[in-house]
Amino acid sequence: QYSLSPCYVSLALYKCLYGRAHPTNLQHHRHYTSGESSGAAKVVAVGLVTLGSSIGGTVLYAKWDPKFRTAVEKNIPYSDWLLGMALGPNPYSPVTAHKKQVELSQPPSMMTEESRSSKIKKEKNIKEEPSVSTASETTSAPVYSAQSIEESSAEASHIISAISEVPSVPAPHDTEAAVLTAMVERPAEEVTARLAQQEQEDQDILASVSASLEESLASSAKTTLQAIGAQEAALQAIGSHTHKLKEAMEAEVPPDQKSAQWRDLETALAERRSTVNDAGAALLKARDALDSLRSVIDKAKESKVAAVQPLVLAAEENLHSMVVDLDQAVTKVQSAESEAKIVSQYTELVNEAKRQFQKELSSLTPEIQANWKGLTGKLSADDLNALIAHAHRRIDQLNRELAEQRVREQVHIEAALEQQKLEDQKALDKAVHTATQHSKEEARLEQERKLSELREVMEAEMRTQLRRQAAAHTDHLRDILKVQEQELRSEAEQVLNSKMLEQETHYRQLTQEQLDNFTLDMNAAYARLKGMEEAIDSHVIAEEEARKAHQLWLSVEALSYTLKTAGSDLPTKPLESAVQAIQDSCCNNEFALALASALPEESLRRGVYSEASLRSRFNSLRSMVRRVALIDESHNSLYQYFLSYLQAALLFEEKQAMPPTQLTNEDLDPFKLLSYASYCLEHEDLELAAKFVNQLRGEARRVVQDWLTEARLTLETRQVVTLLSAYANAVGLGTTQAP
Amino acid sequence: MSEKELGKKWDRCLADCAVKVGAGLGLGVVFSVVFFKRHTWPISFGLGTGLGMAYSNCQNDLRSHYLLHRSMKVGWTKQQ
Repeated sequence: QYSLSPCYVSLALYKCLYGRAHPTNLQHHRHYTSGESSGAAKVVAVGLVTLGSSIGGTVLYAKWDPKFRTAVEKNIPYSDWLLGMALGPNPYSPVTAHKKQVELSQPPSMMTEESRSSKIKKEKNIKEEPSVSTASETTSAPVYSAQSIEESSAEASHIISAISEVPSVPAPHDTEAAVLTAMVERPAEEVTARLAQQEQEDQDILASVSASLEESLASSAKTTLQAIGAQEAALQAIGSHTHKLKEAMEAEVPPDQKSAQWRDLETALAERRSTVNDAGAALLKARDALDSLRSVIDKAKESKVAAVQPLVLAAEENLHSMVVDLDQAVTKVQSAESEAKIVSQYTELVNEAKRQFQKELSSLTPEIQANWKGLTGKLSADDLNALIAHAHRRIDQLNRELAEQRVREQVHIEAALEQQKLEDQKALDKAVHTATQHSKEEARLEQERKLSELREVMEAEMRTQLRRQAAAHTDHLRDILKVQEQELRSEAEQVLNSKMLEQETHYRQLTQEQLDNFTLDMNAAYARLKGMEEAIDSHVIAEEEARKAHQLWLSVEALSYTLKTAGSDLPTKPLESAVQAIQDSCCNNEFALALASALPEESLRRGVYSEASLRSRFNSLRSMVRRVALIDESHNSLYQYFLSYLQAALLFEEKQAMPPTQLTNEDLDPFKLLSYASYCLEHEDLELAAKFVNQLRGEARRVVQDWLTEARLTLETRQVVTLLSAYANAVGLGTTQAP
Repeated sequence: MSEKELGKKWDRCLADCAVKVGAGLGLGVVFSVVFFKRHTWPISFGLGTGLGMAYSNCQNDLRSHYLLHRSMKVGWTKQQ
């Protein structure tokens, strides 16, 4: 419609212009013969211009209105080619739009499914599921409808996103399914590729992380062990040194052994120092290694791969245990050191006391050697007394010091306690600090462990739930499939039943038809047979009837013949015999009997007069009637008679006058009546004549009474006989059946 | 034959007339001769009488059909 309107407009314009110009052009043509060619050229030019403008207008409008363009392309055959050339492809074509919509609708759903599946895959414990199976599962998920129930149920237990696909399973459209499968194949491959890639990446990361962790763990473990060993060695050294020191202090050994002891002590001390240094160095190294391990662990923790976590956790635990051991060893060493310090302090004190004593002793007895225990045999009594006095003095001094000490005991004890408290506090703080750190670390590790355990449990639970869900899904699917199967089966059964029914009905119809036809034929044949039988019977009956009718007819003919036997003035023979004959011939024919019995008695006994006799009698009667025309009940004197005779003599009427169809009062005049009756009689209409004669009144009536009676009789008889003959004829002809 | 009846009646009438006139004439003559000194009036009277009687008889005979006998009672219906 749109395409034609500009054409119409242009055409209209053209016609308008040209139409108006036409008479002038014609004129021009007439007057200016040279302008013919220019006129034709003008016509052609105008036509071309109109055509071009219409096409251009259509193209422009199509460019502006895509609906118009589609309409044009639909209606005009090669317009789509032209418009495509001029404007490019049609952006508003309904077919492509539909396809695009389909495409657009499909990928988002698939993409969401993929993202969902990938997310779920990430969350799942991948090391349990082989990546290949997942890839196969995702590829097989779209063509779910094509696989059997068992395979799909096995897969469905692994696939979680299949739950969302259940509504689409019962009614897959062929075209959409094809599109779907086409659409889905590619993303599924991509997904598998990506998943594989991801797996690979994860594996790589895991491998690297585990390698690094192991490496660092190993190194740290080595160093820690080394440190611990060193610490243990230090501890051992310290312990041995302390022991040796204690021994050296307390034990009463011979002097050479004492020097050996002291040398041992020295070596032990040196050893202790070296071991302590080694231990310190090893501790530092171990701590460095542990720090590095911790950093590595932290770095590993940052990675997103789930498999790393337990490794991390284990590493952390190891780290913690190493740290704990290290700390324990360190504390042990420290305690040993403190103990050693105490012991050394004690030894120092003892040594101090010894020296003091020695000094005193030497001051007292300069010749006495250090080792005074071995000098028991060499001392003199003075020395002994001096020694004893010294001893006493020392004892007094010591007692005094003791008393002093006792006095200052409290203060010293308090101070010592304070110091001890402080030291204890410090130690406690440190211990508490380390313990808290350890416990924190332990707690954290515990938490992490618990978390991982929980995660595992959750994973397991989720897996079980998922399995359960999958199982439920399979059950649901199974149920649905069962229902579907039943529905389909019932449908198929229904279809089958209907088809069967159709076939059956068709078959029944055919058989029924055949049966009906056969029955019809049989019935027809039987009817014909019956008809033939009846025909034969009726033929017999008809013959019988015909015979009877013939007889009747004959008798009626005889009767009618007897009617003809009337002489000129004599009545017929009495009809009795003929009637008897009739009655004998058709004794079972009620109609004929009735008719026969309807004949008047007179005719039977005496016979009837013929019409001719009646006619002649009438003629003689007529003059009589004319003479007594005036005589009736009131006028019946002799004078009236005279007048009536006079009238009859003087009045002339027509001999025969045609009676009118309707009688008026004037026609009841006896003369007229007579002429009518005469006319009727002449024309052999006795009945009408009798009717006219019946109209006579008065004496005329009395005069014609007998004639009338006779006429009636004749008419009656004739009527009956005619009826009978007609009836006999009818019966004889066979058109009427005898009742 | 009803048409012959009138003829018969006329015959009777004439016969009766003749008889009556004759008888009347006879009686008239007789009476005129015997009683009335041969005046003619008893003859004419007798003729007239005879004629009259014959006329009356003839008329009665001719009328006889139309006259109802007193003994015959006509059934009459109540007309509403």
